[in-house]
Amino acid sequence: MTTPILSTQALKAFYGDAQALFGIDFELAESEVVAIIGANGAGKSTFLKALTGLVKASPNEVRWRGQAIGGQSAHEIVRLGLALVPEGRRLFPSLSVEENLLLGAQAQRSGPWNLARVQALFPILKEKRHLPATSLSGGQQQMVAIGRALMSNPEVLLCDELSLGLAPIVIREIYQALPQICAEGMGVVIVEQDVSLAQKISTRLYCFQEGRVTLQGPSAALTRDQISQAYFGI
Amino acid sequence: MTNQFSVKRGQSGVGFALTWSGIALLVMVAISLPFWGESSWLHDFVEIGCHFIFALMWNLLAGYGGMVSIGQQAFLGLGAYTMLSLGNFYDFNPFWAIPLSGLVAALVSVPVSKVAFRLQGGYFAIGTWVIAEVFRLTLANIPAVGGGSGTTLTALRGIDKFTRESTTYWIALLCVVGSLALVYFFLRSKRGLALLAIRDNEVAAESQGIAVGRMKLAVYAVAAFGAGIAGALYFVGNLRISPDAAFSVNWTAFAIFMVVIGGTGTLEGPLVGTLIFWLLSKSFSDYGSWYLLGLGLLAIVTTIYFKQGLWGYVQQRWGWALFPTQRRIEFHDQPH
Amino acid sequence: MDILIQGILLGSLYALFALGLSLMFGVMRLTNTAHGDFIILGAFGALGAMACGLSPWLSALLVLPMAWLVGYGLQKTVLNQTLGKDPVPSLVVTFGISIVIQNALLEIFSADPRSIDSGGLNTLSLNLGGDLSVGVLPVLILGLALCATLFLQWLFSSTAMGRAFRAVSDDPEIAALMGLNSKTVYAQATGLAFLLVALAGVLQGMRTTVSPADGPMLLLFSFEAVIMGGMGSFWGTLAGGLLLGMTQQLGFRWDPGWGIWCGHVVFLTLLVLKPQGLFPKTK
Repeated sequence: MTTPILSTQALKAFYGDAQALFGIDFELAESEVVAIIGANGAGKSTFLKALTGLVKASPNEVRWRGQAIGGQSAHEIVRLGLALVPEGRRLFPSLSVEENLLLGAQAQRSGPWNLARVQALFPILKEKRHLPATSLSGGQQQMVAIGRALMSNPEVLLCDELSLGLAPIVIREIYQALPQICAEGMGVVIVEQDVSLAQKISTRLYCFQEGRVTLQGPSAALTRDQISQAYFGI
Repeated sequence: MTNQFSVKRGQSGVGFALTWSGIALLVMVAISLPFWGESSWLHDFVEIGCHFIFALMWNLLAGYGGMVSIGQQAFLGLGAYTMLSLGNFYDFNPFWAIPLSGLVAALVSVPVSKVAFRLQGGYFAIGTWVIAEVFRLTLANIPAVGGGSGTTLTALRGIDKFTRESTTYWIALLCVVGSLALVYFFLRSKRGLALLAIRDNEVAAESQGIAVGRMKLAVYAVAAFGAGIAGALYFVGNLRISPDAAFSVNWTAFAIFMVVIGGTGTLEGPLVGTLIFWLLSKSFSDYGSWYLLGLGLLAIVTTIYFKQGLWGYVQQRWGWALFPTQRRIEFHDQPH
Repeated sequence: MDILIQGILLGSLYALFALGLSLMFGVMRLTNTAHGDFIILGAFGALGAMACGLSPWLSALLVLPMAWLVGYGLQKTVLNQTLGKDPVPSLVVTFGISIVIQNALLEIFSADPRSIDSGGLNTLSLNLGGDLSVGVLPVLILGLALCATLFLQWLFSSTAMGRAFRAVSDDPEIAALMGLNSKTVYAQATGLAFLLVALAGVLQGMRTTVSPADGPMLLLFSFEAVIMGGMGSFWGTLAGGLLLGMTQQLGFRWDPGWGIWCGHVVFLTLLVLKPQGLFPKTK
């Protein structure tokens, strides 16, 4: 592909002395939707953290439009146009729904997303805007988290386990918003536990296992057997 | 697939034996000091010994127990005034009053903990300071013990200078060695391990069945006991007491300095720190405020750049340990 | 009745002392043991400027932005390195700073108590009708305390800076994902806190005398005001300050030697009975 908007070369990551990622090669083209699947502890969340600067990486290991950005702090990376919807939502308890969303705009990037548009995407956020963010239900909190990330007008959105702890009907509601999010050409990386869901919503797919990429390819073409082998390492 | 292993504590072999015989020699020389040393040396030792015991207790509380207190001087002063009252009002031999004062301080620390433990972290630290101030102000308003200007210990009037000074010195020596031994064996015991677990992660420790509340109270009481003894001992040596001297926050300031320079969370740390503190005070105390200012700066720099203190640095670099309390796992099937 | 009014006026100064402490702890969980010493430093800063020939009011005005810079710089260079799960480093470092300030002031200014010449403001009084009259300066202090509390409350609830403070206090890692550099936000908070501290110091210097060793006592008063009022609430801090002032005044009237003691004891009692304080922020 032409210069991918986001890529990694041999990305390694450590938590103290413990190594979590053992050399990940990854590419995302502009406007592409890529999924990452893998068992718990495979390193998926660590990977997203390394991309956004929450976990340290070497400069050349992560590239944005070809420029080395590895090792930069999180608050610098978001200004480039990379936003993360963190695992477990991680909303600010001291802030209301609306304040959480407003905080997302702190990076002051211009673009199509603003408070009104996010509230149009998820109307419940307008209805409950003055309530403390953590008083909402799990699914609603997930909407706040997504909206908060959108407020920074990213060019690439990283989503870490959106469906965690949510009922199927709520998961469906959230993923229904995905096409609207991608409408202006935003690239998305989705980390998902649900394999068939991941295959359905993405054009390409990576499978992680114990900190390594064990499978990658077009989502539609991968078979059940290929995925099982890569997922469980048998 | 379990490996056979055993848990070993500390170093072994020749290094260990040398260290301990060296210490034994030192102690024997120290015991004989009153017979060949000057009176000021004895007095200095008592003074620095009290600071050391107080620092050791502060380290136990903060470095091992995770409770940073700026108010331990409450128990030091309480011990001092207990000894004074027993001596002046009941003709109780001050030397025997020393351990008793420690006990009183430990007993008082129990209800005090009910108040102090309401707070955590930084606020706990300042809260203990408030409590110490209450003690100080209370005693400063009691005319019977001299109020704000203090009073003199009269109970030792009848004893000749040499006997008084050497007895005070020997008791100080005993207390220093004793408190070191007490803390050392405590930390090597199962309770010591429990304490470290609490310091590292209270919730996890509780889930492992450790009675966190009771352990914290036990450590708090032991630290109060040590502080009370230090206070009583100090003013037996000093003979003159006042609330400002007995409850001064400088006790804690110096203790913090000694421990931080030496290294929190180690047993050798306070020893090293006390030595450095004593050397510095001997050389520079004439410079008054500049000396104290320098101490403050040194403490700041050490905390930021030498987090483990001087001894901690040495321990990490060369693996020395005088009083080893760490535990290592040795696997039986590995060659070593 | 007179005691109550005197207590409220004294307490408003304590509230002003305490707001800075409350701010720093609220945003970054930092307990600044040198807080009281910085108050005194503010007063001596003004005195120093006056010694260079500036008028008292100009000196006071100059001290404020300087304090902001000192706070910002101190947080950025020294205090940010002490933050973390372990409370020991920040306590030891600020304790060290406290000793440095006290002794530096002692060397430069000597131990003599001094006061800031407020041009007679501290002797003016207002007649409230009948026998009641209050000093103009204490009423001014009360007004400033109210304004400061209102300002902080407004800042935290309605401005972007306030949101940043609250976010960084909740979750600095995720705040970074939003583009907030927590180190800079902390420095801004400390700068603001020091501004309040310097203002309080100057007012203390005008109201009464200051000497280099006064710091620790003011720290304890600030701390008591914050805890009694309830953590996380600026109105609580104001209330706590007023309560402390009233308690001390009552104590002083009963027996001059026991005034401060009463304040301490009431604080400890309240700590046992209502540890969350009078108006804790409900989460």
